[in-house]
Amino acid sequence: MTPVLAVKQLYYKRKTVRGWRQAEVDQFVVGPINFEINAGETLAVIGDNGSGKSTIANLLVGVENPTSGSILLNGQKLQYNNMKQRSLNIRMIFQHARESLNPAVTVGNILEEPLKLNTDLTPHERLGRIRETLQQVGLLPDHAHFYRHMLSDGQSQRVALARALILNPQVIVADEPFAALDPSVRSQMVNLLMQLQKKLGLSYIFISHNLGIVRHISDRVLVINNGKIVESGKTETIYSSPRTEYSKRLISAFNTLIDNRVF
Amino acid sequence: MALLDIKNLTLEIETTHGWVKALDKISLTIAPKEIRALVGESGSGKSLIVKAIVGAINEGWRLTADRLNWNGKDLLMLTSEERRLITREDIAVIFQNPTNSLDPTATLGEQLEEAIPDRLVGKGWFWERKQRRNEIVASQLHKVGIKEHDACVSSYPHQIPDDVCQKFMIAMALASEPKLLIADDPTKGMETTTKIQILNLLSRLNETKDLGILFVSHDLLAIASLAETMTVLYCGQTVESGKLMQLRRKPLHPYTKALLDSAPSFRKDLAPKTALNALEGTIPTLQNLPAGCRLGPRCPRAQKECVKMPEVRYIQNHYYNCHFPLHRYK
Repeated sequence: MTPVLAVKQLYYKRKTVRGWRQAEVDQFVVGPINFEINAGETLAVIGDNGSGKSTIANLLVGVENPTSGSILLNGQKLQYNNMKQRSLNIRMIFQHARESLNPAVTVGNILEEPLKLNTDLTPHERLGRIRETLQQVGLLPDHAHFYRHMLSDGQSQRVALARALILNPQVIVADEPFAALDPSVRSQMVNLLMQLQKKLGLSYIFISHNLGIVRHISDRVLVINNGKIVESGKTETIYSSPRTEYSKRLISAFNTLIDNRVF
Repeated sequence: MALLDIKNLTLEIETTHGWVKALDKISLTIAPKEIRALVGESGSGKSLIVKAIVGAINEGWRLTADRLNWNGKDLLMLTSEERRLITREDIAVIFQNPTNSLDPTATLGEQLEEAIPDRLVGKGWFWERKQRRNEIVASQLHKVGIKEHDACVSSYPHQIPDDVCQKFMIAMALASEPKLLIADDPTKGMETTTKIQILNLLSRLNETKDLGILFVSHDLLAIASLAETMTVLYCGQTVESGKLMQLRRKPLHPYTKALLDSAPSFRKDLAPKTALNALEGTIPTLQNLPAGCRLGPRCPRAQKECVKMPEVRYIQNHYYNCHFPLHRYK
């Protein structure tokens, strides 16, 4: 079976120029990145701040172009000028759901935009699709008339998820989707994501530094440090016996938080 | 005697729908050397309590309390000068967002020097005082684990990383050698390794300097590894309070249980990818708070009586506000 998404030898280099006479120095390098993800699987990416986790997400959805390497979707190479192929299949949820929604238009318009750009549906069909998707994420069809400021944190996160789902993608890239949510609302979202995965066979690429949730929802984990994959493997294996120095430090830090009180 | 003793603190805010109780009969005590966690989701009034303690309340709000005592002195009866003196000398606050609560136009060194009270600097010529001030700045920064103090002192808040900024805020709060440290979500958005550094720092300060800490957060992992006692808030009401161990072993209020269940790391027996127990609905906004117990509409055990405010009940030192607590058969 070909994996839904395969990333091969992906490199990303950013050059910053300090002064007009100096040569380009100070490189921020991410890579080589290699991973594969099957349908219905969750891959979590963990690592420190500034280790390049978000850059990977940006590379996958096409915000940044990689310097070299390739991203294969169902065995087919993603072309950088073919945005339609990419945006129909790989969608993203941003860290701050609320800020990622346009405050000046209604939720319905926010959700209609990707449909207008990427599909040939008639206005009537678009409306139907919007209703369907809103129900899928646990909102009412009436929420299409709401503006951003009328929604609570949990609801705006659901709208962000609806915007990702509306094109029936195969992969959803979620960059810290739960960081801004409260615990009780967060559990609802976790449940919703897992339920949708079961129903629609979605693959998630899940970027987070909440190691507890990563352990709960992911099948495999990539540990990233300084732009390089330090370790990758099954979640249980990495959590129970991390091999490299860096992931040992990360996991043991997590374990001391849980275990240093005996209950 | 308790360091800080709050009983039935009520804070009313005027909205377009009339006066709304943003805090409804909050009770909280902190003994010297105690680390108390104040847990609640956003909108539960955690930050309002912090503001009420230090007296940073807006003019138009109504604040009433049966007791708001600091070391036996009633804070509400003091004049604003006396109160300011207490907040200056004895209570220190670390605010939620370090980069935003520091002055962006002054270097960190200048800000920390300003936080050092004159009594610690002592007397002498101005150059001696200046020198002593600088020594205190360096030693404070070393204490919180900032090694390159020269670089830190001469930079502006936006130039240093967030975790260093957070440590710097702690250094600034501790400069006046307070008795109580109020930490308002100090580990928000931090990665695990930095979080542990901050938590270790706080617990070390608690041991070496007999510092009482009010740890305000909704990060249950951090709370579990630091605090001894815990008070749970929901929508401006105290829900349950007591020893952390007791609360975790046997929560009595449905909300506490839901909160504990929301952290999958606490439950080793939980199979991966199973559904978590979650309360339905979201936190009500200030404009439409339900009557009585504010968890009512979301609570799985709610019944008719829940529209009345439950009384505080207790088992030993474990206080809870619920008509139908979990240990009782429904």
